[in-house]
Amino acid sequence: MSDTDTLTPAPSGTDGSAAPAPSRADAAAGRLTARAVLAQVPAALRKLDPRSMAAQPVMFVVLVGCVLTTVYCVVEPSVFAVVVTLWLWATVIFSNLAEAIAEGRGKAQADTLRQARRETTARRLEGGVENVVPATRLGVGDLVVCEAGDVIPGDGDVVEGVASVDESAVTGESAPVIRESGGDRSSVTGGTTVLSDRIVVRITAEPGATFLDRMIALVEGADRQKTPNEIALGALLASLTLCFLLAVVTLSPFAAYASGDGSGPSVLILVALLVCLIPTTIGALLPAIGIAGMDRLVRRNVLAMSGRAVEAAGNVDTLLLDKTGTITLGNRQAHALLPAAGVTARELAAAALAASAADETPEGRSIVVLCERETGPVPPAREATAVPFSAESRMSGMDLPGGRGVRKGAASAVRRWVEESGGTYDAAVTEVVEAIAAEGGTPLVVAEGDGSTARVLGVVHLKDVVKPGLRDRFARLRAMGIRTVMVTGDNPRTAGAIAAEAGVDDFLAEATPQDKLALIRREQEGGRLVAMTGDGTNDAPALAQADVGVAMNTGTTAAKEAGNMVDLDSDPTKLIDIVAIGKQLLITRGALTTFSVANDVAKYFAIIPALFAGMAGYEGLGALNIMGLASPESAIVSAVVFNALVIVALIPLALRGVRYRAGDAATMLRRNLLIYGLGGLITPFVGIKLIDVVVSLIPGLA
Amino acid sequence: MSDTLAGLLQIALLFCLLAAVYVPLGDHMARVYSSTRHLAAERLVYRLCGVQADTEQRPGAYLRGVLAFSLLSILLVYLLQRVQQWLPLSIGMGPVDPDQAWNTAVSFAANTNWQSYSGEAAMSHLTQMAGLAVQNFLSAAVGMSVAMALVRGLIRRRSDTLGNFWVDLVRTVVRVLLPLSFAGALVLVAGGVVQNLSGLTEQATLGGGTQLVPGGPVASQEVIKELGTNGGGFFNANSAHPFENPSAWTNLFEIFLILLIPVSLTRTYGTLLARSGAGSHRHGLAILGAMATLFCVSLAATTAAEVHGGGAATQAAGAAMEGKEVRFGEWASALFATATTGTSTGAVNSFHDSFTPLGGGMVLFNMLLGEVTPGGVGSGLYGMLVLAMLAVFLGGLMIGRTPEYLGKRIGAREIKLIALFVLTTPALVLVGTGIAMALPQARASMGDPGAHGFTEVLYAFASGANNNGSAFAGLGADTFFYNTAIGLAMLFGRFLPIVFALTLAGALAAQQPAPVTAGTLPTHRPLFVTMVVATTVIVTGLTFFPALALGPIAEGLL
Repeated sequence: MSDTDTLTPAPSGTDGSAAPAPSRADAAAGRLTARAVLAQVPAALRKLDPRSMAAQPVMFVVLVGCVLTTVYCVVEPSVFAVVVTLWLWATVIFSNLAEAIAEGRGKAQADTLRQARRETTARRLEGGVENVVPATRLGVGDLVVCEAGDVIPGDGDVVEGVASVDESAVTGESAPVIRESGGDRSSVTGGTTVLSDRIVVRITAEPGATFLDRMIALVEGADRQKTPNEIALGALLASLTLCFLLAVVTLSPFAAYASGDGSGPSVLILVALLVCLIPTTIGALLPAIGIAGMDRLVRRNVLAMSGRAVEAAGNVDTLLLDKTGTITLGNRQAHALLPAAGVTARELAAAALAASAADETPEGRSIVVLCERETGPVPPAREATAVPFSAESRMSGMDLPGGRGVRKGAASAVRRWVEESGGTYDAAVTEVVEAIAAEGGTPLVVAEGDGSTARVLGVVHLKDVVKPGLRDRFARLRAMGIRTVMVTGDNPRTAGAIAAEAGVDDFLAEATPQDKLALIRREQEGGRLVAMTGDGTNDAPALAQADVGVAMNTGTTAAKEAGNMVDLDSDPTKLIDIVAIGKQLLITRGALTTFSVANDVAKYFAIIPALFAGMAGYEGLGALNIMGLASPESAIVSAVVFNALVIVALIPLALRGVRYRAGDAATMLRRNLLIYGLGGLITPFVGIKLIDVVVSLIPGLA
Repeated sequence: MSDTLAGLLQIALLFCLLAAVYVPLGDHMARVYSSTRHLAAERLVYRLCGVQADTEQRPGAYLRGVLAFSLLSILLVYLLQRVQQWLPLSIGMGPVDPDQAWNTAVSFAANTNWQSYSGEAAMSHLTQMAGLAVQNFLSAAVGMSVAMALVRGLIRRRSDTLGNFWVDLVRTVVRVLLPLSFAGALVLVAGGVVQNLSGLTEQATLGGGTQLVPGGPVASQEVIKELGTNGGGFFNANSAHPFENPSAWTNLFEIFLILLIPVSLTRTYGTLLARSGAGSHRHGLAILGAMATLFCVSLAATTAAEVHGGGAATQAAGAAMEGKEVRFGEWASALFATATTGTSTGAVNSFHDSFTPLGGGMVLFNMLLGEVTPGGVGSGLYGMLVLAMLAVFLGGLMIGRTPEYLGKRIGAREIKLIALFVLTTPALVLVGTGIAMALPQARASMGDPGAHGFTEVLYAFASGANNNGSAFAGLGADTFFYNTAIGLAMLFGRFLPIVFALTLAGALAAQQPAPVTAGTLPTHRPLFVTMVVATTVIVTGLTFFPALALGPIAEGLL
């Protein structure tokens, strides 16, 4: 499988926008080691508590079966009875082990987070006076002062000042971020450290209910609730279990009649048959699949507030993507140099380069890069004076020694400068400028003057640069039936041009927060599920309305509370990964359910002949022993052992999720049916036969 | 012409006939169930019964209508049997015993037509015509109404109503069953089926002796027996009786009548979907495809078992003709058996008890599938739709979305109802058979020992719980135990699934469907047909494999 046809493994940052965040739980993300498994055995044994088992009807039935066979073992001990009973217990323990391992990964992450939540003190402002109090005594609305080196004592909004903050304790990202009062970058998280300057923070969360506390609870799965689809699947599994329970219980009188002497199969055999038939594979792994799905998100630095949100992500029909930061790189980049009549490209490049030499904005840097491609590296001019950009002049440039000056800026500003300097403004340039604007680009006019006269050299075309690789990703989303809508404040013309370039299905131009909300409502009216990202306070209503609302961690507290996921890396492109993880979760459940049910066919072929082929008048059933299993006892033991081992074998798959490739539903269905349906039908025939070869060597079973 | 060629031609002719009427009849029924106009005769019925025909009913009201109407039907048929000796046309019949009367009343109201009585020896003409024949129409109409309510549940968006039960019921009878029955009865009479009001008449035989020959309104009963997938014969010998089914031609026509409505209803479904925009004709064809696949496989297996049947007796006789009519032969008997057990008809033209073990096992398996190949009138469609939704749930997760059928999400509530629907009949069959095998007095009714005897009992409960009504002869079922137990199996086997189907219809109707995208599970392609077939076979197969192993499989593998 190549990276180009997968969605899941694409880590944030492959498109070059942001450096990929070092994943906080890289260690936990590693392969399942024997040590990690053994470490969870005590937890698995603790889970044998019937009260906790009762939440999963399938495994509860197995537990009851274990108790019955254990009693049987005591009353009528035999090698066969002991082996079957031990393996039945193993089935239950393997199931608990799967859940414990999944939970264990979350616990490891929670421990890392807890280190950030150490005891801190706060400098509380009371009537202008600072008092040092324990952080646990802070209440909502308190004002606290934090200076360089201080740990921020609780969640809040900056109300005064600006500071750089190290948020690595929460996000794992070591580069400091700026937090300032007002605007959309005002929220700070308790447990993070101020690196420079001084800020005043108004506390917005009670101690114990902070973001960090919630994160710990989430990754630990402390108050995990079953999601709607888990409930639905659980109901189906319970009814299948009931069905097989009836089939096995009624088998007792059927067999008693068939035997002719009223003796039916023993409790031991009936329990073994029942456990083999009920969907133990999926029943055992269902909780682990859900926990692991949440865990995969956490490892991508996304916190889902509920499992329901992860599931909804798999169902999303429409993605609302902000243009800036998600689809484009956020800053406009120099795209082309368009010289005026009588000017060579090289002249224009040299002037533009000189005008941008002191311009440290991303736009300015991109002009330098583009021009140097034309001119080759140019050493900075000596004794030049930079003319910085101002809102009034709307130009920037450089005054060079000898009275020569270069300027670049908005067309009207440069025109005025040229005309004031005694030059004439070339009308042809205006046409170029208008053409660029019509395409959605930004024209920067470049001019030079020597005090007595001035002339226009040409135009630098700045444009929004669509992140590389997005077109493909959108095409794959389309193949999956997901519509992408770009949201931007640009005018419709600009928006249309970028939308076409990026390959999104639709766009919403000149969008206000109300428009965004209205769009979501409209989509939902049509039965679609909508996902979006947002960070500003005015995004909060839309985030709350969306079925999957991913708030950026850099965003405001209001946004973070409105959404049902928070992206700690604040990378809006990750929405696409989130959808993939949601889908992977559902596919894993479906695949293992199908596998589990398909397994039963082979188990019947093992157990039915073992039960009945020995009875007078029913010898013909021996023909059903197509696997050629050694003896009735070994056949039953082999089926039970296979049933238990398959759980262990599938734990890694449950934790990792089945491999998921984007594609249309029909293709995906055909492939998965083939792998898990047909595979589920054939695998146990092979597995049971192999186990039987070993089991039949045990004295007392052959 | 060889038997094989004749058999194949017969099957081909049957399929051609069905193909010819598929579109016209299916579309006619679609119009019947979506029209806003009432016929004069219908208006009269509504006025007499006080039905507000233009009022839509909520799921609860629709369900109450179905249950109240069916309860009333049971009571009426029961009473009629108990007092028939005092009523006209009694032709000397006494009252039917209470347990048998209960069994028969439930049997006919539940579209089962299990007959623990012998028609010509127990029922008066009035009971036959006013009780049993009327129920043959009405119970069939109830099934079709429920199917339409479920279809409306799939079609409607954010709706809290499912149509009007009384209107659906009356229209089914007036616009579908009566006209088809009238036309069908004429064909049968032309083919030699008896139609008169005489009782037993004494006839001189060629041998010089005399014989009592029964008469009666046979053709009119016969046509609705097949058309409404009822199956209760006028005579005990059912369609094997020469007065009910005189020739190979009437035999083929009766098979055609059995399959006519269940098959055409899938077209009705597709047309209604296409017209509302909720789906297309191809969705109807996919449902038919699943039904037809199972039907053809079963037909091939049964025919093969009968034609090549082993066993010492068969070898000695040269063919598996025990229990079969010479005028039909193996092929036509296997075809009739497959049609009658794949629908909820239960009429027989040969004795399934005498089939080869695997052939008999196959017709038993048809019923255990829940009778969806193509199933009873209405019940086949709603049964297959529920199985399709189960397949959607099992397979649908594998495309990474919570499962949906026609845009309607199969959530926790829906899957619980689907699971209960699918669980009901297996539970009734297994528990009923289990109790019968555990009770000595119930075991005493068995006509044969060993695996075959067990199959008889399993067949009886499968037939009752699935509302088939055919019997694996050999079991003496007219006992207090069987009359009561099979009566209960028929009652719950019919009405519990209806309760779940209508509740499901209500839950679906209330939903706003999700739009169809490339990410939607396609439910109109061959792959989906395969999924539905596999789900149906695996779920049923796994439930009944141990029981079948002790019955027909053990017998067949000897």
